[in-house]
Parts: sequence; C-alpha cells; structure tokens
Amino acid sequence: MMDVVVWIGFIILCLALVVTFIRLVLGPTLPDRVVMLELMALLTMAFIGLYTIQSGHSAFLDVALVLALTAFLAAVGFARYLEKGGHRDDD
Amino acid sequence: MMTEWIAAGLLLTGALFMLLAGLGALRMPDLLMRMHATTKAGALGSGLIMIAVAVHFGETGVTARALAATLFIMLTSPVAAHVLARAGYFTGVPMWSKIVRDELKGKYDEDTHTLAAPQRYRNKPPADDGKAPDDGAG
Repeated sequence: MMDVVVWIGFIILCLALVVTFIRLVLGPTLPDRVVMLELMALLTMAFIGLYTIQSGHSAFLDVALVLALTAFLAAVGFARYLEKGGHRDDD
Repeated sequence: MMTEWIAAGLLLTGALFMLLAGLGALRMPDLLMRMHATTKAGALGSGLIMIAVAVHFGETGVTARALAATLFIMLTSPVAAHVLARAGYFTGVPMWSKIVRDELKGKYDEDTHTLAAPQRYRNKPPADDGKAPDDGAG
C-alpha cells in the first residue's frame, strides 16, 4: 500500500511544482520570485522525504536538512540584498 | 500495519497541503497574500511529510533527524517570510488594488528605519496626574 501512496504523493508534488514554476515565471516582481524559490526548496524537501520512504535509505534525510539550511540562508541573503537597495525597480 | 496507515495518511495530507501552497501561490493577487499561502501551507506540508518519514521508519536515528528537519522548518520559515515581506514592502512592491487599509503607511521612517508615532500622539504635554515631584521648597 505504501508504494501506491508514495506514487500518489509524487504526482501531487509534481503538480504543485509545476504550479509554483508557473508563478515563478509569471511573478511580476523580484520578491515574488524569491518567495517561489523558497517554496520550491520546501517542495524539494518533501520530494526527498518521499524518496527516502521509497528507497528505504534513511541517509537522504541529511540532504533534506542541508537543503532547508541553504534555502533559509538564501532567502535572508536575498532579502538583505533587496532592502539595502540593490534592486529597486523590477522591470 | 497501523503505523503504515498513519504514515500514509500523514504523507497524503502533507502532499495535499503542498499542492494547496502551490495553488495559493498561483492564484493569489498580491505578494503578501501569496506569502500567506506559501509560508504556512508549505511549512505544514513538508513538516507533515517529514513526520510521515519518521513514522514509516520507526527508528531512533531517523526519527531524530526527521524531527530536527521539522523543527528547523518551523523555526526558519516564519523568519524568512518576515524578512522577505519586509524587504518587499520597503522596496515598494505594489499591493492589491482592492486593499482596504495599509496600517503602516505614513508611520514608518524609511531612512532611519524607525517607527514614527502617529500624529495624535505627537507634541502632547506630559500627563498631569497630581503626582509631579516637587522640589521641596514649600
């Protein structure tokens, strides 16, 4: 049963990733795109969780932890870059 | 057998929350509303999937790492959302056209990054409640 559920989860996460990517391309301003990149990092963490269940190797969880760390640092770095006047008008 | 059902339920719920976050990101009209959708639903969804991993394996090491990942998401996601929303607000990202009220408008000094008091509190004399210290001169 777990195999079927994991595959359904993969399909749902793929749909979510496609929808997020559409907003990443459309997103009118740079902060929108940064938010979408952060959501894509969270989606990738969920993918890694599903793949951990599917493969049975629990070592993949460390990848998810490191990904969460880098995504947080990237978001904070982007925000500082925006706020310190690197990129005022986005067009 | 029971843990398998619990893990499956947690996993499906988490995946549906992630889909909800993506749909909110696509459909919402505004940066702040999109962050409202993605931050909360995304953090909850990936946290639920990590807990599903912990329930599925049922080992101490896996559970510790999955709970550490969940805790890390729950700690950092609000901070990142706050920092990004602040940056977006101060760089002048346009809000939705039908927005009712912007409480911070005109109350924030963008040069010094301090909150200014509202107009009705400025230049107000100190309250005279009869307890003013006298100098003892009689």
